[in-house]
Amino acid sequence: MSRITQCIELLQSQGRKALIPYITAGDPVPELTVPLAHALVQAGADIIELGVPFSDPMADGPVIQRASERALEHHVSLRQVLAMVREFRQTDTKTPIVLMGYLNPVEVMGYGAFAKAAAEAGVDGVLTVDLPPEEADQILQELKQYAIDPIFLLAPTTSDERVKKICRVASGYVYYVSVKGVTGAGHLNAEAVAEKIAHLRQLTDLPIGVGFGIKDGASARAVAQAADAVVVGSALIGKIELNREDHDTVVREVSALLASMRNAMDTENTNS
Amino acid sequence: MSSQSIVKPQSQSYLNMPDAGGHFGNYGGQFVAETLMVPLDELRQAYETYLKDPDFLKELDDDLKHYVGRPSPLYFAERWSQRLGGAQIFLKREDLNHTGAHKVNNTIGQALLAKRMGKTRIIAETGAGQHGVASATVAARLGLECVVYMGAEDIQRQAINVYRMKLLGAKVVAVESGSKTLKDALNEAMRDWVTNVDDTFYIIGTVAGPHPYPAMVRDFQAVIGREARRQILQQRDCLPNRLIACVGGGSNAIGLFYPFLDDADVAMTGVEAAGDGLATGHHAAPLCAGKPGVLHGNRTYLMEDSDGQIIETHSVSAGLDYPGVGPEHAWLKDTGRVEYVAVTDKEALQAFHDLTRIEGIIPALESSHALAQVAKVAPAMSRDEIIIVNLSGRGDKDIHTVAALDGITV
Repeated sequence: MSRITQCIELLQSQGRKALIPYITAGDPVPELTVPLAHALVQAGADIIELGVPFSDPMADGPVIQRASERALEHHVSLRQVLAMVREFRQTDTKTPIVLMGYLNPVEVMGYGAFAKAAAEAGVDGVLTVDLPPEEADQILQELKQYAIDPIFLLAPTTSDERVKKICRVASGYVYYVSVKGVTGAGHLNAEAVAEKIAHLRQLTDLPIGVGFGIKDGASARAVAQAADAVVVGSALIGKIELNREDHDTVVREVSALLASMRNAMDTENTNS
Repeated sequence: MSSQSIVKPQSQSYLNMPDAGGHFGNYGGQFVAETLMVPLDELRQAYETYLKDPDFLKELDDDLKHYVGRPSPLYFAERWSQRLGGAQIFLKREDLNHTGAHKVNNTIGQALLAKRMGKTRIIAETGAGQHGVASATVAARLGLECVVYMGAEDIQRQAINVYRMKLLGAKVVAVESGSKTLKDALNEAMRDWVTNVDDTFYIIGTVAGPHPYPAMVRDFQAVIGREARRQILQQRDCLPNRLIACVGGGSNAIGLFYPFLDDADVAMTGVEAAGDGLATGHHAAPLCAGKPGVLHGNRTYLMEDSDGQIIETHSVSAGLDYPGVGPEHAWLKDTGRVEYVAVTDKEALQAFHDLTRIEGIIPALESSHALAQVAKVAPAMSRDEIIIVNLSGRGDKDIHTVAALDGITV
């Protein structure tokens, strides 16, 4: 059983939901990424999504675009991101790490070489935003060989037929994008999301994470009612951007926001 | 990776591509976020349906004839041919289309499709502004809302086209992300589409992007080659020996080449922008000097660094200043059916001046790349051989660029 599945099953047995923060590797500076990841775990993260910076982040809103640009000012490459994971694993062997990014850096490294290096570094899952299952046969074989979970997105536009097709090849969890749009966009409609998740559960047994539009304790709590995992990205990156010159403040602010979400989610679960 | 291996055309024809998933051999495909997969499939179905629908085709033909001014002439450039002293050179005059370039062939087609699909808002990306103008034009003609994304750098360089788009009623949005050029405008248009997918139709300006765009844009532009083939048979009762066209994304080139692909005796050359020279690294020639990768929804040759980041391109011609190229060109390169070469800024400028002075036709800087290649190969060909070159656009938009390079303030 993969580290991701173990993590989510343990939480489920405790009646809790997974909290998954996203940060872009190398933002605001490469040397802060590993300490920040440890701080996120301290603040209540169950799984970490680590963004691999890309020059053309087509599916991201302005906040995560700027995070990618800050990281690329330091020339953070996929190889360096894997080195960061390796460093993180020296003191944390428990928290699953999911790499999130775009296909081209992986394509250039080569699918086989990437899967091998990612597994050796301690990566547990890979979410490639611009890789639908139709194009994924080759990389899926490589990821499977190294026991890395392929994480796929489901969107409001995804048909039932496609949900089934995607969930046949996905493992770990699936990530439901709660609004049509780019990261950091839109208003979360918790009721609509709950309805959608209820529907998705008829189509798959995989744990369902929800992201897009989650910015504080209240929205995290609302989503956690229905989802197995809550993904938060732009709200955290916003704190990083605001305090990017002062690294201690970055760690403090990001940790505080995540901890408030953790509290809100766990409190609700105790009461319900 | 297997993207290096070559897939031969099915049943010995080059006309059966792409496959059902939008692949030209190992290139093309659909590399987009999940939100767009169903909308892309709806677009594919609409495009496949209407391209067989007599009503739609009649509406398209009428607009191409009466609004665009087709067929465009195939003009024998007699003085220039004599000057070069070799092959007879024919110019396919796409510069005479309404809005001054081949771009409108495609925007008319896609806008009519948008109307049939019940979309009320169209969006487009643009580099030099030609596709933006062509999109704003058809939007005005059909009464559709139009938003054009343009890199902030390009907005500075192309003030006149920006104003033309505004006159036509389009909203021009400056893109401040990344390198602030065409590739970033395309990213931003994709972000808009993913957000407003219910009422919005995205008109991509070239044969790139996710399936069905490369095939659909090719089919709308293939009118160029169909006409040219008919016209040369009428005028000379034979097929040309060589076709030459410039390649940025590659829509004017594929439009000319496609109807000739199965004519084995017709050679074809696609001309990329070598900028300051391929050796300098300051160029926009992914087919000549790039590697396969994935960008903007398809796998193709790209300008990228060793980490897979897309690198900035350079060309005197804003319309060729793009780090990717249509996936069908990538496949045609690997199969060897089309040769791809690159021409420097300097060579293109020389051809710009030559055609202007010798034939009284001011060509676009994009098209001037194709003309420069003609000037290289025509002298060594015999006088009974024929070259058709695609004069894809007129040069009025480039007057300020050329004047500045010549040290003249207009």
